Amino acid sequence: MNRSSRRQFLRLTCKWSFWSFGVAPILSAFLAGCKTIDSLSKNVPSIQIGDINIDTKTIAENTKLVAHSFEDITPEQEYYIGRTVGAEILQKYRPYTSKKANNYINVMGQMLAQASDRPETFGGYHFLILDSDEINAYAAPGGLIFLTRGILKCCPNEDAVASVLAHEIGHVQHKDGLRAIKQSRLTTALTSIAITGAKTYGHEDLSKLTDTFEDSISDITKTLIVTGYSRSLEYQADLAALNILQRTGYNPKGLVVMLNQMKTQLKPGRQDFAKTHPSPDNRLSEIQKQTAAYSVVKTPKARQTRFEDALKSI
Amino acid sequence: MTKLKAVFITVLFFALTGLTVYAIEQKMMSIQVKDGVVRSSPSFLGKIVTQLPYGERVSVQATKGAWYLIKKPEKSTDGWMHSSALSMKKIVLKPGASDVQQAASSDEITLAGKGFNQRVENDFISRNPQIDFTWINKMEKTVIPQNQILAFIKEGQLTPKGEE
Repeated sequence: MNRSSRRQFLRLTCKWSFWSFGVAPILSAFLAGCKTIDSLSKNVPSIQIGDINIDTKTIAENTKLVAHSFEDITPEQEYYIGRTVGAEILQKYRPYTSKKANNYINVMGQMLAQASDRPETFGGYHFLILDSDEINAYAAPGGLIFLTRGILKCCPNEDAVASVLAHEIGHVQHKDGLRAIKQSRLTTALTSIAITGAKTYGHEDLSKLTDTFEDSISDITKTLIVTGYSRSLEYQADLAALNILQRTGYNPKGLVVMLNQMKTQLKPGRQDFAKTHPSPDNRLSEIQKQTAAYSVVKTPKARQTRFEDALKSI
Repeated sequence: MTKLKAVFITVLFFALTGLTVYAIEQKMMSIQVKDGVVRSSPSFLGKIVTQLPYGERVSVQATKGAWYLIKKPEKSTDGWMHSSALSMKKIVLKPGASDVQQAASSDEITLAGKGFNQRVENDFISRNPQIDFTWINKMEKTVIPQNQILAFIKEGQLTPKGEE
């Protein structure tokens, strides 16, 4: 080994020991930080730094409270929330009972969901057409997806229908329904759940839990039906839809076709997509960059025939 | 020097790969969906090998994109599951008082049936007798077999990109 390569070797060794002995303990100390605050709070109620008094107990409690977010809702609980949100949507709309049309939507929806980033939910994805001329679609948490006859009428081909379904799958994937639940409900619910557990809770605990459940359902349905999600959540659902379309072999421009059609059919002032979603123009300009490269939608004849056949009664 | 360098790199390579395999062998996960479908290949097109129930513990043998090759600890057969059906947390199916206490202070345990569950749904129904789950139950009963999806892809002349 000559002098220069030995020097190189030594330099490399120094570098490695710096990372393993120097940075690692700092990193692990940082990662253990929460634990430290927790244990501090048990022994030392407060720390004095100069003139500032820090109450470690409050910090520890707040850290625990902040951790109770929609992410802590288990898939099993998401499933029960979704069932009731779905039942509430069906209080407002009648189901469209055509077996043929619903089967078509379910096969397509299932295929699209399998191509999403979250193909598996506790109870799986299921789709239903609503018997309404209103232009609307809803995704209940966990994968129950509803779309009106009205929004299907904005779709001149299968690729456009796929874009509506994929957008709703995007909302399920991102757990947007659960995000609509107010933080205060989560804190109450998850704290009481943690203390009382599952099979052990008595009548009073159940009643409190059902109160929180009712409030959470109303947070979600109010967001879905009246106020709508934030613009950014809608754009993210559109981006998820473009991804799903591209992965399944549909033309992502299907979404462009649907939005252009919707633009001509939406009537201002109605309680539908016009109220709960950003305008089709804004959505079109947001996705322009992602869709510009694709050619116009030309669906093969067989695909167009089955689309027309399945949805002709709509 | 080249010889020393080669030895150094070889040792480093084995040390690193050895560590990776070890880490994967140690990884235990739980089925977090009602019906955990296990497939013969890392794709929804893979033949269904078996179905595992909610809460079942499996060990992860290898990964390929979002697909995990899993095995039940006492069984020799294995198969592929999509990662969205799996959770790092241990799911306690019939939690007792000690599990409840442990879950309250740990992020690694989930209690099955805790919080919003069938009992809460029933209580909600008794408070809101007008609510109707008939169609929700009908929707959930609709199961589309994979061969129907395959036929749909073929008929529609769709060309799905490989699953990632």
